[in-house]
Formats: sequence, C-alpha cells, structure tokens
Amino acid sequence: MNSKLFNWIDERFNISPLIDFMKHKEVPVHKHSIWYYMGGVTLFLFIVQVLTGILLLLYYQPGVDSAYESVRFLMTKVNFGWLFRQIHGWAANMMIFFIFLHMFSVFFTRAYQKPRELTWITGMFLMFVAMGAGFSGYLLPWNELAFFATKVGTDITGAVPVVGNMMKVLLRGGEDVTGATLSRFYAFHVALIPAIMTLLLGLHLTFVQRQGMHEPDHFKKALKKKVIPFFPNFILRDALLWLIVINILLYLAVFFPWELGLKADAFAPAPDGIKPEWYFMFMFQTLKYIPAHVWFIEGEVLGVLGFGLIALIWVLVPFWEIKIKPGTKFRPMNVIGAIGVIYIIVLTVVGYMV
Amino acid sequence: MGISRKKFIDYILGGSLLGWLGSTLYPVLAYLKPPKVPEVNVNSVNAGMLTDFSINSSKILKFGRIPVILIRKDSGELRAFEATCTHLDCIVQYKRDEKQIYCACHNGRYDLHGLNISGPPPRPLVQFDVNVIRDEIVVSKPKPV
Amino acid sequence: MNEKYLNNTSVLISSIFTLLLLVSFGFAEEAMDSDKQDSTGVTNEFSNLPKDDTCISCHIEEEEMPEGFNENDIHMQAGLSCVGCHGGDNTIDDEDEAMDEENGFVGVPDREEIPALCGKCHSSIEFMRDYQPRIATDQVEQYYTSIHGEKFKQGDENVATCISCHSSHGIMPATDPRSTVYALSVPGTCKSCHSDKDYMADYNIPTDQYEKYAASVHGEALLDREDTGAPACNDCHGNHGTTPPGVASLAHVCGSCHVQNEEYFSQTQMAKEFAEDEMHACLECHGNHAVAKPTDDMVGIGEDAICMECHDVDEDGYFAADSIHIMLTQITAAYDSALSKLEEVKIIGMDDVEIGFLLQDAHQDIIHSRTLVHTFDPQRVKEKADVALKNSRDAIKLGIKELDDYDTRRMGLGVATLFITVLAIALFFKIRYIEEEQEKNKL
Repeated sequence: MNSKLFNWIDERFNISPLIDFMKHKEVPVHKHSIWYYMGGVTLFLFIVQVLTGILLLLYYQPGVDSAYESVRFLMTKVNFGWLFRQIHGWAANMMIFFIFLHMFSVFFTRAYQKPRELTWITGMFLMFVAMGAGFSGYLLPWNELAFFATKVGTDITGAVPVVGNMMKVLLRGGEDVTGATLSRFYAFHVALIPAIMTLLLGLHLTFVQRQGMHEPDHFKKALKKKVIPFFPNFILRDALLWLIVINILLYLAVFFPWELGLKADAFAPAPDGIKPEWYFMFMFQTLKYIPAHVWFIEGEVLGVLGFGLIALIWVLVPFWEIKIKPGTKFRPMNVIGAIGVIYIIVLTVVGYMV
Repeated sequence: MGISRKKFIDYILGGSLLGWLGSTLYPVLAYLKPPKVPEVNVNSVNAGMLTDFSINSSKILKFGRIPVILIRKDSGELRAFEATCTHLDCIVQYKRDEKQIYCACHNGRYDLHGLNISGPPPRPLVQFDVNVIRDEIVVSKPKPV
Repeated sequence: MNEKYLNNTSVLISSIFTLLLLVSFGFAEEAMDSDKQDSTGVTNEFSNLPKDDTCISCHIEEEEMPEGFNENDIHMQAGLSCVGCHGGDNTIDDEDEAMDEENGFVGVPDREEIPALCGKCHSSIEFMRDYQPRIATDQVEQYYTSIHGEKFKQGDENVATCISCHSSHGIMPATDPRSTVYALSVPGTCKSCHSDKDYMADYNIPTDQYEKYAASVHGEALLDREDTGAPACNDCHGNHGTTPPGVASLAHVCGSCHVQNEEYFSQTQMAKEFAEDEMHACLECHGNHAVAKPTDDMVGIGEDAICMECHDVDEDGYFAADSIHIMLTQITAAYDSALSKLEEVKIIGMDDVEIGFLLQDAHQDIIHSRTLVHTFDPQRVKEKADVALKNSRDAIKLGIKELDDYDTRRMGLGVATLFITVLAIALFFKIRYIEEEQEKNKL
C-alpha cells in the first residue's frame, strides 16, 4: 500500500534521488554531536511559531482600542486561547535561546569556515530577524510593560547618527509610540518578518543540505569515522528531541504563564522595572553603564555604534578568523567567543538583579 | 522474538502518535470553534424581543462590563443609558409613576434623556443607541461624535 | 602615590565644575520661569469698568477702591454702579458736588438699613423681572424669619445681614464658583463668624460645627472631593431663612437625599416613640454636623452599637439588633471573600467579567440591606441580605470554578505530556531497533 502510493508519486515527481540523497547523507558521530541538533530544534520552534501564530491571528485585532481587549478575550473566552498564546510566547523565547546556542556552537566548532561562509551569514541574519520578530511581537498585546519597553527600544534606534531619527520615525510610524506603531509592528510581525525568515531559512537549509554536516578538526583526523545516515537515523533523533522540547514548552506554558498585565496608557507614568526581553538585556544593560559622554561622543550613540560594529564583525567572522598553526594550544577564537558568552551572561544576570 | 519486538515498538509508537495527534488536534479544533460571545469589543447587545417588553417599563442589561438600563416609554419609544449613577456607584432605576430615572441612594433624578435634573448627580447618564431589527431590540454603544 | 593625588585633584575639579554647571542651570531655569510670568502677565486691573463713571475713575486714581471690590460683581456687570447703593451723581467730575447729599449721596449705608436697602430692588418682582424673570423675591421676608433676622430686628448688631454672606462689592450668583455663596464656599463663609469663639461668645452656642462638619462624611465629600452634590450648611439649615431644623423637620431634611432611609424609618414604631419623646429622628444615632460614614457595628449588641443605649438585654429590640448585625456581618464577609476570589481570578488571567457583575449586584444588595436597617425589622433585612449573600456566594462559586478550570489545564497537560513521553520513549526504542538492524545488515 505504502509502496504503491510511493511509486505513484515517484513516477510523477521522481523523488527517489531525493530519498537516496538523504539516505546517503551522513552525520558524524562524536563527542560534540549534540550541537548538530540545535539548528533542528530552532527550525521546529519556528514551525511552532508559524502554526500558533496563524491560530492567534484568528482572534487578534490590532488597534489601540482592540489589541489588548482581543488578547484578553482570547485568554478568557476562546477555548485553549490561553494555551496557544502561552506556547507562542514561550516558543518565541526558546527559539531565540536555541538560536544563540546554535550560533555559539557553530562559532566554537569553527563550522563557519570555508565553504560555509554564506551559511553562517544567512544564519546571523536569521538571528537578527528573529530578534526583530520578538521585539515587534512583544508590543502586540498593547500592555503597559510592552508599551514602555517599545518606547525605550525604539528610542535607542534614534541614537544612530545621521539616519537614527529617520529610522525611529519609520519604526514608530510617527514621532511617538502610538496606535500607528502598533499597526506597523503588526505588519512587521505577521507579514514582513515571517516572509524574510522563510526566505533566509530556505537558503540556510539548502546550504546545509548541499554541503552536508561540518566535521570538526579532531573528527577529520580520526582514522575510524563513526557516522549515522541522515535519514532515518538523524531525522528520528531530531524528532525525539523535538518531542522533549514540546513537553518542556507545554510545561512552561501551563506552569509559568506570561501575564497579560494592564492595558497600555500613553499618559500614565512609566511603571517601575521596565525591562526589555531578556535577549536584549545585555545590550540594554551595557547602555546603562556607558557614561553620558565619552570624549566628544554621546554615550548612547557610542553604545549603538559599538554594538552595530560588533554585529558586523561577528557576521564577517569567516573572513577575518585568526588561524592557528596545527598543534598550538592557544586558540584566540575560543577566547573571543568565551569573552562574548561570558559578557552576555554576566550582563543579562546583572540586568535582572539590579 | 525480533519481529514481535519490532511490532511491539511499532504499536506503542503508532498508538502514542495517535494519542498525541488527538491531544494536539482537540485543542486546535476547540479553539477554532467560535466562543459564545463571538466578538471582543461588545459594540451591541441583544435585549430580547420587542413584543416581550411592555410599555412603561425597564430592564437592566449587561453590556460588557457596563450595566445599561433600557426603558420603554409610554409612547413605545426605547431609550438606553449607562445605569451607573454619575454621583456615586449605585445602579439607577426607572420610576414608572414619575416617568423619571431615579437613583435611590441619594435621591438623584434624571429625565428620560438621561439629563441630571435634581439631586446630587453631577453629570447626565451616557446614552446608548437602541435599534429594533426584525422585532428584536439591539442596544449599541453610542457612536463617537 | 603621586598618581593617586592627581586622580583626586581631577575628581575634585570635575565635581566643582559639575556643581557650577548645575547651579548655572538652576539660574537659567529660574530666569526662564520669570520670563514666563512676564509673558503671561497679569492684565491691567479694572480695565473692564466703565470709563465715564466718575466714582470709579476718581477712586481708581486715588487708589481708594473699596476692600474686596471685584469688577465681576453682578451689579457692576448689570450696570448698577456705585451710585445704585451709595447715591450721588456719577456724571459730575467735581468730587464734592458728586458726593453731595443734595445729589442723593448716602455714603456707607448704615448696618441696620442693609436688608431694606437690598430689598428695595430684590423684594420687588416688578423691578427684578427686567433682570431675571424667574428670580425669587422673598429673600428679605425669609431673612426676618431666620435666627439672624429675628436678632437683627431686636437690634443685635453682630448678626449676619445680606452682605455678611454675599459680600458688598464682590457679589456673584451662587452658581458662580468665585462667589462667597458657591456650594464649595458656603461652609467657609458661615465659618467666618460661627467658628469665631469671641464673636459667638454672647450666643451660647458651640463653635465647633465647621470642624465637625469638615471631618464628617458630608464635609469630606464637599470640601475634599469637591462634590457639589454633597450638602453644605445651607442644604440643611436653609439659606435666607436659616434656622436649626427642629424635631419635626429633621427627618425630612435628611430624607431629602436619603429618601429610602427616611421612608423606612418613618413607618416604624420607633419613629412614633421618638416623636413623642421629642427625640430627633436621624440625629440620635448618626449625630448632626459630625455625621460619619455609618458602620455595621452601629447596629447590634456590641460595644459600638447604638441600639444598646436604649434597649436592654432580652428586649425584643435587643434580639432584632443582634440578628440584623449578624446578617450585615455575614453579607460583608461573603462579599469580601468574593472580592478576593475575583482578584485571584484576575491575576491568573481567567475570566472575571461574570464574577464582576455578580459582585456589582451584591454591592447594590448590601447597600439596600443597610438601608433596610431603618425598618428595624430583621425579616425585611433578611430578605435583601439573602439576595446579597446569594450573589456573593454565586460569585465565589464562579471564582472557584475559574480556579478549578485553571487546574484542569494542568490535568489536560498531564494527558498530553503522557502521550508525548510515551511517544518519545517508543521513538527511542525504535531508533535503537533500527540501528541494531543496520549493524546486523552491515555484518
């Protein structure tokens, strides 16, 4: 029965080579194999986001007078509305978390090296866009915290020299955060960003499939290479991990629900403890520590430019990587990566403690 | 032995897969089913049939979180107002004999346009729109001017 | 060492610099403030007054305008200038001639002439009609019936006349917020004499009414919340015919706002007995000027219960008071616990609209139950209290249902998690099986 159906399709679309390709594609097995799964989990969470996002769209109504009310309605009146909102919220955070893991694992295993430069670059842009998705989605329930976090967040954009103010106005759809901003963020969040992400993701996955899995140095040198087929072995392991992730996701959604908060009021004083989403925290916290003026540059401008520069340098890692002679113990790239990781962790923790 | 182990695993796998699909699809289908109140912002509320609502009487409706008083005048005309007295937070009532809206808490009175005419109320009652569609009374939020 | 010293100096210099900067900034701000004041500027005083009125032009020039003069005075606005009350001729430039008795000049009117002077116009509807057709013209007549008026007739020179409350040169209608007799200003106006111990010394009446009133539920509403619907002195004592309400009228005075309370009370046996004993209806329990927000403990058999001041243990009244108090405590307790349920439901993001509605109803029912206390009939209180209790309890039930639903979510999670976990385990074994087979095939 199965084979009949398969033959029917195969006859018409010739998919056997594709299956063969996947069957023959091999995934190395070694002590760092676990990192091969991070991208897959991210992909899975992206799919969860698309599906729950579509469900949320059925009831969400953008607009100053309806956004908060419709989310409240969704949470209280719609069957399982709370579940899909909580999953969407948690999966978003987990996706960004796994993107970070994926990115740093690639960085430390130096998987970005030739010939995978473009895979790295598309991945980096996927990360930026995903953070944009998080930032724009945060505002959509139009609650107090999101409103003020967006105000602060978009304000920082204004610090970029020359084009900053224009960017800020473009983002906000005006001088201030208003209903116009909500409409824009809605458009970004449900149309623009998913489209860009799908495109980038398509490229990213095509690259990975064409080039196969990266083999770390120690594995390349090994005499007996242990590998498993991509299909079905690796795919099934991926599926196993995804199931575990679903369980974690459900657990978080039910036991640690996101609050709805109070409706945003543009004229209310800013509430205490406005915090950005955690993945922006280290940047937010850094800006706090930069003095108001450094030399002749404004502190905020310096911070924004600094992060812009670091992001650019990070994107271009495959092209300036400090190469080492074989056998050298000291690995400068690992030090750079470690500094980055420690910096992010410390400032994030500090940001939540203070 | 090998075959039975394979089958055993496959049965468990298939069974739990079905269970999982069920526990995923059920919430999704339940979610797609429109809730009892199909809209977020209550912009209008059905107040029953006109024929069931006698002349010179009133009733209190729930309009989202707001109580609304619906009055049928002697002339048969329908009027609706927010039912919370503008003085303190008592609910007003329609006085059938006096043809006035009355708040028992501090003797506040409003005329049948919702205007505060005596007693402590400082402001008129907010008026709601009333329409009759195929004998059914529909009260709706006043359109912003 | 040297470096440290250098550091300290630089810190010092920079802090001095910062200080200077701050100070200069402060000055700049101050300068800006004063600029603002100049630009908005106070308009030239008396600019709206008639220029051809010699009384006014001369008195402005001599800087001898009367105390408390306000150009918005209603008489001034209506064209009744100084001569309207003081006589004289305001067209003559010469000072002596303009203020000559031959030209009708009277100067400052004598105190004993004031009611008559005002009444000259205000008691005549023929005259007043031209200005305000529906105005009352019985103020002077009423005034003579008041305590003020009676004493005035007896030659008391201290009691209030028209100008004591309305002022002389800044008279405005009672609806004008600038007026001395505007609702919010009335207590202050009365207070200016009635709270003055020396001034009131000869009259043998208390002088703490304002103090008490200001702290009362009415005073708090009027003076603190500026609720012009709340009663000021005149709402109970009357305006021109001001007098303390007597036994007969007191219930009606309170009842003009607290309609149902009066209605219920007046039908009771207690009302009859109060009247026979010449006891003031509402006042006996609630007091007068100091009337506080009533508490549920005022009724009952406890320490704060007023009932016990007259009723003895084991009387019918004793049992009635006790059972009413128990009911009131019950409904407020139920209401409060429903409120806290509502709060709980809100916080976890469950549906609270229906609970809110039930509590709105319960709140109304509690108000009504408390009003029914004035029937002193436990049965009638119970009827309403039962409704209140039911609404609160329904709200609690609904709250519990919402909280339960919240927990059922976890149950649902359990089912889903179970399937997923079994699926994961089965998948794990499937993978192992597949890989074992692959190994076998290789060999």
